[in-house]
Amino acid sequence: MDFLTFLQISDTAVRFAIPLLFACLAGLFSERAGIFDIGLEGKMLAAAFFSAAIAALTGNVWIGLLAGIGASIALSIIHGLASITFRGNQLISGVAINFLAAGLTVLIAQDWFSQGGRTPSLSDFGPNARFTKIELPFAIGPTEAEAAGQPLSILIKEATWFQQIYSELISGHSILVYVGFLMVPLTWYVLFRTRFGLRLRAVGENPAAVDTAGVSVVGLRYAAVAICGILCGMAGAYLATGLQAGFVKDMSSGRGFIALAALIFAKWRPWYALWACLLFGFLQAMALRPDAVERLVQIDIPGQLLDALPYILTVVILAGFVGKAIPPRAGGEPYVKER
Amino acid sequence: MDVIPKWADALLIPLISILIAFAISAGVIVAIGEDPVAALNTMVTGALGSSYGWGYTLYYATNFIFTGLAVAVAFHARMFNIGGEGQAMLGGVGVALVCLFIPFPHWILALPVALIGGALFGAAWAAIPAYLQAKRGSHIVITTIMFNFIAGSLLVFLLVEVLKPAGAMDPATAKFPEGTHLPTFQDMFSFGEKPAFRGAPANVTFFIALLSCFAVWLLIWRTRLGYAIRAYGHSEPAALYAGISPTKIIMIAMLISGGLSGMMAINAVMGEAERLVLNSVEGAGFIGIAVALMGRSHPLGVLLAALLFGFLYQGGAELSLWTNVPRELIVVIQALVILFTGALDNMVRMPLEKLFLLFRRKAPEAATTVAKPAE
Repeated sequence: MDFLTFLQISDTAVRFAIPLLFACLAGLFSERAGIFDIGLEGKMLAAAFFSAAIAALTGNVWIGLLAGIGASIALSIIHGLASITFRGNQLISGVAINFLAAGLTVLIAQDWFSQGGRTPSLSDFGPNARFTKIELPFAIGPTEAEAAGQPLSILIKEATWFQQIYSELISGHSILVYVGFLMVPLTWYVLFRTRFGLRLRAVGENPAAVDTAGVSVVGLRYAAVAICGILCGMAGAYLATGLQAGFVKDMSSGRGFIALAALIFAKWRPWYALWACLLFGFLQAMALRPDAVERLVQIDIPGQLLDALPYILTVVILAGFVGKAIPPRAGGEPYVKER
Repeated sequence: MDVIPKWADALLIPLISILIAFAISAGVIVAIGEDPVAALNTMVTGALGSSYGWGYTLYYATNFIFTGLAVAVAFHARMFNIGGEGQAMLGGVGVALVCLFIPFPHWILALPVALIGGALFGAAWAAIPAYLQAKRGSHIVITTIMFNFIAGSLLVFLLVEVLKPAGAMDPATAKFPEGTHLPTFQDMFSFGEKPAFRGAPANVTFFIALLSCFAVWLLIWRTRLGYAIRAYGHSEPAALYAGISPTKIIMIAMLISGGLSGMMAINAVMGEAERLVLNSVEGAGFIGIAVALMGRSHPLGVLLAALLFGFLYQGGAELSLWTNVPRELIVVIQALVILFTGALDNMVRMPLEKLFLLFRRKAPEAATTVAKPAE
């Protein structure tokens, strides 16, 4: 595998890692506050549909993004009602939310667009209907290629290795990709350097202590679940308006669960989450390039193995063979005040 | 002290929950511009109006009985087995291997062997998460989810690279030999001129599903092992104190659960498709969750819930055939049933408890006021 092929795969890996990263950080907020969330998948899917649908209807992707976040928060509130207010089983609620999103998106898509449960392609709705690629200054992009009158691939091939990394890997992503990377330090700061973060983490470890200190457990948990909704909304919006141009049925295709896997892999820490998501994104990108993988390792690895690798890795981690993943202590349990 | 009488806990709460779920589903149908009454009509005629419809309804119900029982048995040990989907896929592999590679003269012989094959493979797929939960404390929900995806990839690999007959295009095994053909309802119940259940996939497996319901009831409420499973599910420390080994209970409950999921393949793979295809499970593993929650983990409840979901599944297919309502309506209904009978259970229970307390408090008061004048 030559350097440029590696860069191309890495570029794809970054784009695949971003929805995982948003969803993973979403799960991080929720689970650190003691609310298990296996409904990441469903929230992402709902956000993907509503962002694409509203972007198609208004021609403005930013309104689409807001709609996606709104849909995701609505599902978060259902999860909050079930698991915080009514002290139900958080896992069952998550399962229900996944199915609710899977069904409702297709139902509404069919009703609105009559295209067999998908939205029309966003590229037909003007330049503002989806997140376009940003060219960073001094990077070689389509404009430079046009000016030079040569195909982009040749220009990049002839550039220096530094310029190759800059143009191929770092430049040319949509804005949500850069926002996603910024979310990592932001999440770290909020969770580990603010009063809110300390309380949020405390409520996931020992809610009774937080309650004794006079801080509302219910309020904190709802806040965490709402943040989870916002981040899942961005994950879904990126899927439908950044990575692809429109919504198709079941387009999240298990990404919410891979994000969950990444969260465990990262042991519920923001920076580790970034590396875990990049790793899983890289695995997904490699599954798309079996030729390059075969040249690299000299044996024929079935693509299905690469597909399954994130899940296998997670099971290995969960089994405690490579370091132990310890979840927040009060995770999954509703808080009952009077005992 | 129980606040709510037993009959209300077993019947009233699930009934109210399901009514809420159905009311919202009707609202969804109205919201997408269709008439819920007409939709229900289409569903009832499509699923129950003919022996053909019944044949499909009972076929789906058979799948859901197996997966529902699987989830229910795990629930009794307080394990949430989301892995029914993957376990049923692997069960399909087991059934396919048995049917393809052992030459059976007659289905009477093929059925028990295939049953064992499916159950063994399903149980084996549940065994790893169970072992990790019992010995290493890995959360069974997460591991079974992961195992669903791993099973999916494994199945694709097996069908594309190993089991696909040479020269075939679609990822599926060869057709099973004649000796493994299970009698369908059409074969069994067509007397006289006109064939009943014509072309419908319901087959003899339905009766095995009914037997399984009875067997699970026997196991859970009439055996020492069932008692141990329930004891462990109610309180782990108490079970430990009574000398019940948690490892053993987790393993056994999950093996039975996986085995039941795997047995679903008898119906779907051996009875209907007669070869192993990629999506033979069709989400039945997940519907098992809704079925078990709705049936309150009791075999009789599971049976009734599975019949209801069989009706919904077949009715939904008819609905998407004749109207503009996609099949996904069933997924929405399924989600709402899981939500209201599972996660939002307390939303119905809390007000009901208050209501019952109110009546209970009033009753003795009334008794004393009557008694006073007599004094």
